[in-house]
Amino acid sequence: MPGCADVASPAHLRGRSAELEVRGIHKSFGSVQVLCDVSFTVRHGEFVTLLGPSGCGKTTLLRILAGLEIADSGDVQLMGKSILPLPANQRPVNTVFQNYALFPHLTVFENVAFGLRARKVPGAEVTRRVNDALDMLQLEEYTKRYPHQLSGGQKQRVALARALVNEPDLLLLDEPMSALDAKLRAEVQIEIRRLQRKLGKTFILVTHDQDEAMTVSDRVMVMNRGRIEQAGTPTEVYEHPVSRFVAQFLGAANLIPAEASADGLVTPFGMMQARETPQWQQGTLAIRPERIRIHHEQPQRNFIHTDIRDVIYRGDHFEVFVNTGGLRVKTTPAERLRPGQQVWLELPPEHLEVLCD
Amino acid sequence: MENNSETKEPPGRQGRLMLWYGQLTTRRTLLLRGFAFSSIPALWLTLLLVAPTLVLAVVAFAQRSALGGDIDWTFSLRNFWSLLGYSSFGWSSAMLRIIGMSIFMAAVTTILCLLLAYPLAFFIATRRQGTRYLLLALIMVPLCTNLVIRTYGWQLLLMNQLPIAKLAVWLGLIGEGESLYPGWPAIFVGMVAGFLPFSVLPIYTNAERLDWSLVEAAQDLYSGRWRLFRHAILPQTTPGLAAAVILTFIPAMGTFVVSDILGLRKFMLIGNKIEQSFITARDIPSGSMTSMVLMLCTLVVLMAFRRYWTKSEVVG
Repeated sequence: MPGCADVASPAHLRGRSAELEVRGIHKSFGSVQVLCDVSFTVRHGEFVTLLGPSGCGKTTLLRILAGLEIADSGDVQLMGKSILPLPANQRPVNTVFQNYALFPHLTVFENVAFGLRARKVPGAEVTRRVNDALDMLQLEEYTKRYPHQLSGGQKQRVALARALVNEPDLLLLDEPMSALDAKLRAEVQIEIRRLQRKLGKTFILVTHDQDEAMTVSDRVMVMNRGRIEQAGTPTEVYEHPVSRFVAQFLGAANLIPAEASADGLVTPFGMMQARETPQWQQGTLAIRPERIRIHHEQPQRNFIHTDIRDVIYRGDHFEVFVNTGGLRVKTTPAERLRPGQQVWLELPPEHLEVLCD
Repeated sequence: MENNSETKEPPGRQGRLMLWYGQLTTRRTLLLRGFAFSSIPALWLTLLLVAPTLVLAVVAFAQRSALGGDIDWTFSLRNFWSLLGYSSFGWSSAMLRIIGMSIFMAAVTTILCLLLAYPLAFFIATRRQGTRYLLLALIMVPLCTNLVIRTYGWQLLLMNQLPIAKLAVWLGLIGEGESLYPGWPAIFVGMVAGFLPFSVLPIYTNAERLDWSLVEAAQDLYSGRWRLFRHAILPQTTPGLAAAVILTFIPAMGTFVVSDILGLRKFMLIGNKIEQSFITARDIPSGSMTSMVLMLCTLVVLMAFRRYWTKSEVVG
C-alpha cells in the first residue's frame, strides 16, 4: 500500500518530540477487518485529522486510543509509555463525543467539573479551573443551565470544555461538528484550531469532511478500508495525492490512464509529461480541475484539443466538461466559454500527478 | 372561540378553518370529535370509579345499624376516630399498628422488588432480540395464574420438609428448627414473586433504550464504578424506577392474601381490616372509612415520593 505515515510535519512542529506512537494496530469485528496494520506518530502539540469515508475504521482507531475499544494487536504509546493496559478512566486522554454525551441531570458547571470531581480535585481548584474553562469557551452565562436548555453549538462547547478542563495529554474529537449547521461549523472549525494553537495540546480529530480536515489540521491522515492511505500536510495531501482514492476523496480529480514509455507517458490524449517518473508500466495520472488551463491557441506541451460539452455556473467558478475523456475543468467566472467551442486544454506537468495505482 | 380576524365569516361556515396536523377542519368539529372519543371512557370512569368512591366517602361517615348489615345514616366522625384507635374503651394502638404493618410490608416488598428487578431488567435488555422477548414472556407468564393460587404454590414449596427450606437451613439463612413458612420469610418470598413483573417491565423499557455513550463519557472522565452508575446509568432509569415504585407499592399496600396464606393469618393488615369490616363484621361504614384512609395514605406517600423525585430528576 502507498503512503508513509510519518512524513514531514509542518514547520512549527519540526524537532518536537513524538507524543503519541501507534504501532501495527489490527482490529477485527468478527470476520470484518476494521483496522489493518495502522502505524503513525503524532508530535507534541500537533493537530492531526483522521479523514475517511464512513466505515474506514477512523472512529474505531480513535476509540482504541480512548480505551473504549480493545486492539487485536499492536501498541499505543503516549510519552513513551504504553497506554493499552490502562482502562479508559486511567488514561490521560479525553474525548469529545459525536453526540456530546453531556450528563442531562447535571448543570453545565457540573458537567465540566465531572472529571475533576472524579479525580477528587479540591473544591476551590475545581471552581477555578471550571470557570477558566467556561471563560475560555465563552460559556460563563450558561453555568447554571442544563444540557437540554442549550443549542447544538453551546453543547459542543460544553463538551469541549468538559474534556479540556482535565488538561489531557491528548484530546480526541469524534466528528464533533457533524451536528452543527454549515455556517456554524465553519466558525467552530476556526475556533477549535485557534484554541488548539493557544493551548499547545495534541488534538486528534476524526471526520469525513475534507474541508474540515483541511481547515483545522497540521497533518491529515487519509484512511481507507482500515489503512492509512496517505499522511501529510493538507497541501501535500491535496496537491500530491498518492492514490486514486486520495485524489478522489479530497476534492475532485481527473484520472487519466497511462502507460510508461521511453520518452514520456502514453495517454489516450497523446504523449504527456508528468511531475515524476512513474514506478509502474501501466497506471493512473491525476490532475485537479482547477489546474487544467484553457487556451485558444495550441500550447507547447501536454495539450488536448477538444470541444466543450457543458458549462455549469457555480457562482465563484465555472465547471466545464469537455468531450474528450470526460475531463472536468474549473475556470474563473471571467472566462466566457460556450458549449461546442473548440479549445486547447493544457495539463501542466508540475500538476500532473503520478498515482501509485 | 378564538377569532381575531376582522373579516366576517362566510355564512354557513361553523367557525374559522384551521389546520390540525395537516387536516383542514374547524375548532368546533375537533371539539365534537374529541368529545365523542372521550365520552365513553369518561362515562365509564364516572359511573364505575368516581361515583362509587364518592358514595364510599359519604358512607364512611355513617354508622352501622344495630342489627348489622344495614347503614344508619347518622353522620359522625366516629369511624375515623376508631380507625385512629379511639373507642368507647379509650385509645388502643392496634389500628395504628395495622397501618404501620401494611406500610412496612409494602415498602419492604417494593425495595426487594427494585433490588431484584434492576439487574434483571438490565440482563434482559442486553440480550439479543429473540432472547429478550422470550425472557420477558417468562416474566409475564406467572401473571396468568391468580395470585391466590400462586401463593398456595409457595406455601407448598416452602414447607419445612422440602428442599428450599432445607437449603435455607443449610445456608444458615434460618436456624435449625426455624421455618420459612409460615412467617415473614415466606410472606416476602410470596409478595416479591407476586409483584416482581410490575417492577421489571418499567425499568426494562429504560434499560433497553439506555444511551451507553454517557457510560463511555463517564469512563473517559475518570469515573469509578459507583460514580459511573450514579451519573451515567441511574439518572437514565429514574422514570422507570418511579413507575416501578408506583406499580409495586400501591397493589402491595392493599394485598392481604399473601400474608394470610403464608403467614397463617398471624398478621393483621389494612386489607384484612377492610375485608373484616365488610364481610365478617358487616360494618359497611367502618370498612368504607378504612378504605378511604388507605387510599389517602397511598396518595400521600406517592405525592411525597413524586415531590422528592421531581426535585432530584431533570427531564432532558
